[in-house]
Amino acid sequence: MRIPPSALIGLILTGVFIFSAIFADLLMPYAYDLPVGTQWEGPSATHWLGTDTIGRDILSRLIKGGQITIFVALAASILSFAMGSFFGFLAAVSGGWTDQILSRVCDLMMAIPSLIVALVLLSVLPLNLTVLILVMGVLDSTRVFRLARAVAMDIAVMEYVEAAKLRGEKWGWVIFREILPNALSPLVAEFGLRFIFAVLFISTLSFLGLGVQPPLADWGGMVKENKDGLSWGISAALVPALAIALLAISVNLVADWVLSRTSSLKGGRG
Amino acid sequence: MHPIVKLLVQRIALGLVLLLAVSAVIFLGVEALPGDTAQAILGQSATPQALENLRAQMGLDQPALTRYFNWLGGVMTGDLGKALTNGVDISQAIGQRLGNTLFLAGCAAVIAVPLALILGAVAARYAGRWPDKVISAVTLTTISLPEFVAAYFVIYLLTILFPVFQPVAMVFPGMSFWAKLQAVALPVIVLVMVVLAHMMRMTRAAILNVMQSAYIETAELKGLSPMTIIWKHAFPNAIAPVISVVAINLAYLVVGVVVVEVVFSYNALGQYLVDHVTKRDLPVVQAVGLIFAAVYIGLNIIADVTAIIANPRLRHPK
Repeated sequence: MRIPPSALIGLILTGVFIFSAIFADLLMPYAYDLPVGTQWEGPSATHWLGTDTIGRDILSRLIKGGQITIFVALAASILSFAMGSFFGFLAAVSGGWTDQILSRVCDLMMAIPSLIVALVLLSVLPLNLTVLILVMGVLDSTRVFRLARAVAMDIAVMEYVEAAKLRGEKWGWVIFREILPNALSPLVAEFGLRFIFAVLFISTLSFLGLGVQPPLADWGGMVKENKDGLSWGISAALVPALAIALLAISVNLVADWVLSRTSSLKGGRG
Repeated sequence: MHPIVKLLVQRIALGLVLLLAVSAVIFLGVEALPGDTAQAILGQSATPQALENLRAQMGLDQPALTRYFNWLGGVMTGDLGKALTNGVDISQAIGQRLGNTLFLAGCAAVIAVPLALILGAVAARYAGRWPDKVISAVTLTTISLPEFVAAYFVIYLLTILFPVFQPVAMVFPGMSFWAKLQAVALPVIVLVMVVLAHMMRMTRAAILNVMQSAYIETAELKGLSPMTIIWKHAFPNAIAPVISVVAINLAYLVVGVVVVEVVFSYNALGQYLVDHVTKRDLPVVQAVGLIFAAVYIGLNIIADVTAIIANPRLRHPK
C-alpha cells in the first residue's frame, strides 16, 4: 500500500497530537493552571513558548488544552455518529412514516446554522463539558444522518438484505449485521471530517466564552485569554490558533486520502 | 398555470412553513429545557413568593403555547419585547445593529462573489494542472481554519508585522461612508477569506460538472468553436448551480459574521447575540436567533428560486 506524502504528513502530525493528548499529564513541564512566571514572557529555555496573560506556562496549557479540545471533539463526533448512523439506517430500513418524520426533523434542524442553534441552547443550559458534548453531538448528527441514510438506501435494496428480511430477522439484526458492516467505509472517511468540524466548533464556542470554562484550558479559550496581548505585539494568542489550524489541516489530509481510497474502491461512488 | 410558477409558489410556501417551524423550535424547544427565567433574574436565594410575583408580572405563569402565540404576534408587528437585563426595547436595539451587520456582510459579499467566480472558473479551466492545484491547496487550508483563527492571523499580519490597519472596527452613526469602509477593512478581509474558499470550490465543481456532460461532448464533436460551446451550451446550464452556490455561501456568511464581529468588537447583531447569551437574556437571544434563522432561510429560498428560474429545462418544458 502506497501512502502519498501529504497523507503521511497528516498521519504523523495527527499521531503527535493524539500522543500528546493521551500523555498530557506526563508531558506538561509545569502545572497548567498556576502562574509560574511574570505576565507575557517571551519564549526562553525555561518556558519554551513563553507565558500567558497571568504568567502561566503556555506549553503546558497548550498540551492540556489539546487534551480537552481533542477529548470534547472526539466525544461529540462519536455521539453524532452513533445517533446519526443509527437513525439514518433506521430511516432507510423502515421507510414510510418513520423515514418521513426523521427526515423532516433533520431538515428542520439543518434549516438554521448550528452555531446559532448552539448559542440559543447555551443561553439556557448550564455550561459544562457534558452539555457541550451533547449539544455539539446532537447538532452534528444531522449531517451523519443524511449520509448514513443515503448509503443505507443503496444497501437496503441488495439481495442479501432482502434475504435476511425474508428469513424473518428483526430490524436490529438487519441494521447491525447486514447494513452496518457494508456501510462502514464511507462512514469512516466522514468521521474525520466530522471530527475537524467538532474541533472548530468547540474552539469557536470557547473563543466566544461559551465553551470550556476556566480554569480548564482549551485552545479556543486560550486564544480568547491572550488576544489582548496581540495589540502590543505579543503573539501568545497565535500559538493555540496555530495548533487548531495544524490539527484541522492534518486530519483533513488523512480524511482526504481515506475518502479517495474508499471511493475508488467502490468504482467512484462516494 | 406555468409549471415554473407552481414550483416557485411551492418553494416559497415551504420556506415560510420552515420559518414558522423554526420559530416554534426557538421558542417552545428552549422553554422545554431545564432553566427558569425568573430564577435567572432573581438568583438562587429568591423567595418562592418573589418568584411567583415576577412570573405573573412577566406572564410566565401562562401556558407555553399561549406565550408562544403572543410572542409570534409580537414578532409579526415588530414588537420583540424588552431585554431582561436592562429593560431596553429589543426591536430598537436590533434596528441600530442590523444595519451595521448588513453593511459588513454586504462589503464582504461584493468582494468575495466576483473573486470566487473568477478563481473557480480559472481552476475549472485548468483542472488538474498547476493553477488548479495551487488554488485548491490554498483554499483547503483556509477551509480548515475557524473564523477567529483566520482573523487573528490577519490581525497579526496587517496590524503588527505590516501596520496598515487598526485592529478594532469602530463604526458609529454620522461617520462618512468612506470612513466606515476603512473601519471595516480588516473584518471584511477575514470574511472574504472564509467564504471565498467554499464558494470557489463549489463554483469549480459546478462548472466541471457541466463541462463533462454529454451535450458538451456532442457540441465538441460537431466541431463548434470553444467560445460558442461555452456561451451557447455551457453557460446557460452552469448559471443555475453557480447562482445557488453564491446564495448558499452568502447564507454561510451569517455564521461567519457572528464570530468576526466579536473578534473586532464591531458593534452589530452578532456581538449583541453573543453578549446576551453570556448574560442569559433569553428574549434577546430568541429574537436575534430568529432574525439570523430568517436571513439564512431567506437566502436559501432565493438560491432555490433563482436556480429554478435560471434552469432552461424548467423554463421551456416539453
